[in-house]
Amino acid sequence: MNYLTSIGSYAIMVREVFRKPTKWGIMKSLILKEIDELIYGSMGIIIFISFFIGGVVAIQTALNITSPFIPRNLIGFATRQSVILEFAPTFTSIIMAGKVGSYITSSIGTMRVTEQIDALEIMGVNSLNYLVFPKIVAMMLYPFVIAIAMYIGIFGGWVAGVFGGFSSSADFVEGIQLDFIPFHVTYSFIKSIVFAFIIATVPSYHGYYMKGGALEVGKASTVSFVWTSVVIILLNYVLTQLMLG
Amino acid sequence: MIEVCDLKKSFEGTQVLKGISTVFEKGKTNLIIGQSGSGKTVFMKCLLGLITPTSGTIRYEGRDYAEFNIEEQRNLRQEMGMVFQGSALFDSKTVEGNVMFPLEMFTKQSREEMQERVDFVLERVNLIDAHKKYPSEISGGMQKRVAIARAIVMKPKYLFCDEPNSGLDPKTAILIDNLIQEITNEYQITTVINTHDMNSVMEIGEKIVFLKDGLKEWEGSSKDIFKTDNEAVSNFVYSSELFKKVRQMYLEERA
Repeated sequence: MNYLTSIGSYAIMVREVFRKPTKWGIMKSLILKEIDELIYGSMGIIIFISFFIGGVVAIQTALNITSPFIPRNLIGFATRQSVILEFAPTFTSIIMAGKVGSYITSSIGTMRVTEQIDALEIMGVNSLNYLVFPKIVAMMLYPFVIAIAMYIGIFGGWVAGVFGGFSSSADFVEGIQLDFIPFHVTYSFIKSIVFAFIIATVPSYHGYYMKGGALEVGKASTVSFVWTSVVIILLNYVLTQLMLG
Repeated sequence: MIEVCDLKKSFEGTQVLKGISTVFEKGKTNLIIGQSGSGKTVFMKCLLGLITPTSGTIRYEGRDYAEFNIEEQRNLRQEMGMVFQGSALFDSKTVEGNVMFPLEMFTKQSREEMQERVDFVLERVNLIDAHKKYPSEISGGMQKRVAIARAIVMKPKYLFCDEPNSGLDPKTAILIDNLIQEITNEYQITTVINTHDMNSVMEIGEKIVFLKDGLKEWEGSSKDIFKTDNEAVSNFVYSSELFKKVRQMYLEERA
């Protein structure tokens, strides 16, 4: 019953986010600030993780090829498929749920605890639109992050494969180009847009409706990370079934 | 003017407000006092529209708040200023940014006009050198003054203050009290203050409403409070020896 109530409150929150918009002049600066915080500020960790994940996928694939009849270009092929279909959109989103999600929950939660949200409401500001809408808009740039994660991940696989002595550069590049289906990239971008919306709104929900003090802000951040991850994983399954199944 | 009639509020079967009726007049500092748990905060949140009452009416200039649609409620709120117990300043904005915020949100003034208004209200609360500082860089008393400046920058009709003196030293508390009273009289604002501070009661209580267990137990002015024979009010207001002596002196003088 509590879950149903939370889902209902979440839906009402999302509806309220799009009501009574804040003045464009103010909203524009808020969106730019959120792009800086949520997107640009996450690039370092995304690049770092993607590079090494791509490398590990290449090494794991190479070490599991025991038969001489399996072509070496499989390393590049497996790296590309793994990175584009799952590691870039889903794994990166789980990382973002931790990094960006906890930032969103704690910043909004602190505003709730220190009555800053009440202050906005009393002034007549639609606090949900003011606080959450810029985050949603900023996160719509998330597919660009995913595109970079894909590129870096495959590059990491190439570095690990070639410099680790598991594959020649020509084999790896041939594998990357083998049976390429452009729709897989589209599928990955569609998933990333859905995940971006979840990463912006679920942590906002947990921050906005939290009760208590500083300790509860920490707890809300943890709960928000768990639920954001759960929702991402469930939606990943549903979207994969719908689009590739 | 705010008229409250038979205001009741329950939370999950517990009745917090049990039927409060009173009037808060324009140009006066109206104080709500009472022990912790007497319903002061819930009462103020009902006045602000942050909590919907279970029954009863709150009339702003004769119009029932319950009849306002969401847009009208938000417009009314733009006529309200609020000073929170913890100031509730926006951490990410400077003092100037905090005070300018309502102007940016709700007016079409030019940058120069907004700046002029911000300078004026900051000067009014004696904060001329703090424009570029962040809330974390100024003292609690200064934060309160910024909160007052932000509350009055839109020339509100109603000013609400929740424990404006909490956490302040006595000297600063008196400064804040006097500032609120001056502003109330100067701009003819209907001011409602939620307080525990007996100095405020004596200094600026033009009208005092004493709440006990969710009911209005007594109302009057700071002068009336010396003469009252209401036991609950006396026990609350004169709980300290100092105030007992002050009252005794006042009564002896009168006699």
